[in-house]
Amino acid sequence: MIRRTLLPLLVLLAAAAPLRAEVIHEEASLYRNILVRQLGSERCLLFTVRRSDRNQSCIDLDDPDRLVFPYARMMLAGLLVNPEPKRILMVGLGGGSLPRTFTALFPEAKQDIVEIDEAVVRVAEEYFLFEPTERMEVHVRDARVFVKRALAAGETWDYVMLDAFTGDYIPEHLMTREFLEEVRGVLAPGGVLVANTFASSQLYEHESATYADVFPHVAELRLPITLNRILLATADGWPDEETLAARADALVPPLRRFAVDPRTLARNVDPDFEFDRQARVLTDQYAPVNLLRDD
Amino acid sequence: MRNAAIYLLAFTGGFTIMSIELLGGRIMAPWFGTGVYVWGSIITVFMVALSIGYLVGGRLSLATPSLSRFGILFLGGALFIGPLLFFGTEVMAWVFERWEDPRYGSLLAAMVLFFPPTVMLGMISPYSVRLLVRQTEHSGNVAGLLYFVSTFGSAVGTLGTSFYFVLWFEVDTIIAGLIGLLLLAAVAGIVVARLTETRA
Repeated sequence: MIRRTLLPLLVLLAAAAPLRAEVIHEEASLYRNILVRQLGSERCLLFTVRRSDRNQSCIDLDDPDRLVFPYARMMLAGLLVNPEPKRILMVGLGGGSLPRTFTALFPEAKQDIVEIDEAVVRVAEEYFLFEPTERMEVHVRDARVFVKRALAAGETWDYVMLDAFTGDYIPEHLMTREFLEEVRGVLAPGGVLVANTFASSQLYEHESATYADVFPHVAELRLPITLNRILLATADGWPDEETLAARADALVPPLRRFAVDPRTLARNVDPDFEFDRQARVLTDQYAPVNLLRDD
Repeated sequence: MRNAAIYLLAFTGGFTIMSIELLGGRIMAPWFGTGVYVWGSIITVFMVALSIGYLVGGRLSLATPSLSRFGILFLGGALFIGPLLFFGTEVMAWVFERWEDPRYGSLLAAMVLFFPPTVMLGMISPYSVRLLVRQTEHSGNVAGLLYFVSTFGSAVGTLGTSFYFVLWFEVDTIIAGLIGLLLLAAVAGIVVARLTETRA
């Protein structure tokens, strides 16, 4: 009944103007403008109003397990390298969909989440169904400081995710060789680093060169549906194709509810991807990240 | 020539102060992050150092002010920036190991690294005014022009560093360049002092 009366109305509306997302929360935190928008059952977190098309994180309220963004699904590709992480480190919380996914997948694993902005943690809890668990610790601090301290304390993780984005890009001090060396230092044997980056920017070559400078094995994961590219790095051996395929097959059932197809991920992971090996490595001394991007 | 040299040197001082302040955020980020508190620490230290520099520079200008003494301020600035270049990492590592809270850690590290050179460079402005003012009725005008020149130098230093220098050079190279610039300014001050004094 309702549908019958609503549908023509919706069609009319759609014809009159593109569907407009509704802003359900807006705040200026210490670091950025935070915006929560909803369109239908899809709710998204945005960090700047200026580039309003850039969502940080989305959730489907009708199906909260589904990882809406391709990049979020791609962040699980590290499971092909380390299928049973016991300790997980997430840098950059966003809407918290990845920590929720890892909690569901590995309820026994210990998760550390580092987020610089206390407001983001609050918004994730209030609007994105993020709930810290007993096995989880949320650290409100700068990731560089956190990792440096963890390194000094001898802490390690099996699965490290770098997803620290401002409204613009990744903060400079989280892109340098020195930082990646620190991250390498907190990787447990067999541990994997999974980093979200952009495929489209001028920084592409510099980032690739920097990762390759620090890690003996760096693979790239790109999918045609997104401009994000995921870098997978490990200090230990890279699994051969058979192992990758077998792990992908084994991951199919557990990852289904998150709308992740591990076989697609495995097929697109490229350990021999090409980049400009002459590109200058980013260091603490030289990391004009935003300037390089706009070249 | 003498006055033009003083204005040019004041410009150099302003330029250097802001260039270093801007790099300060970069230098501290690997140890203390980029939280607002890091900028809070840096700006606080620069403001306190400048205020003390103004005070001391004014006092210093009371006793036999001269252009060659003025040049020595730049020499002092260059010398005090040195530790930043040679022991910056050691100082920050030392603080990092002892202070868990990055707010006070960054404040302490900024204090050690940026306070001494900024006090020296802060002395330049009041000392310049003393060297330039000939008659009381012109003092406001001279001070205004001097603030204009040195603050404009600060603006150029900020923009140049953030837009271009960090793209062209490594952080340490820029700092070495600033030290060189201050040394050049010191020499220029002393040379001009010699030239104008022998003429007078």
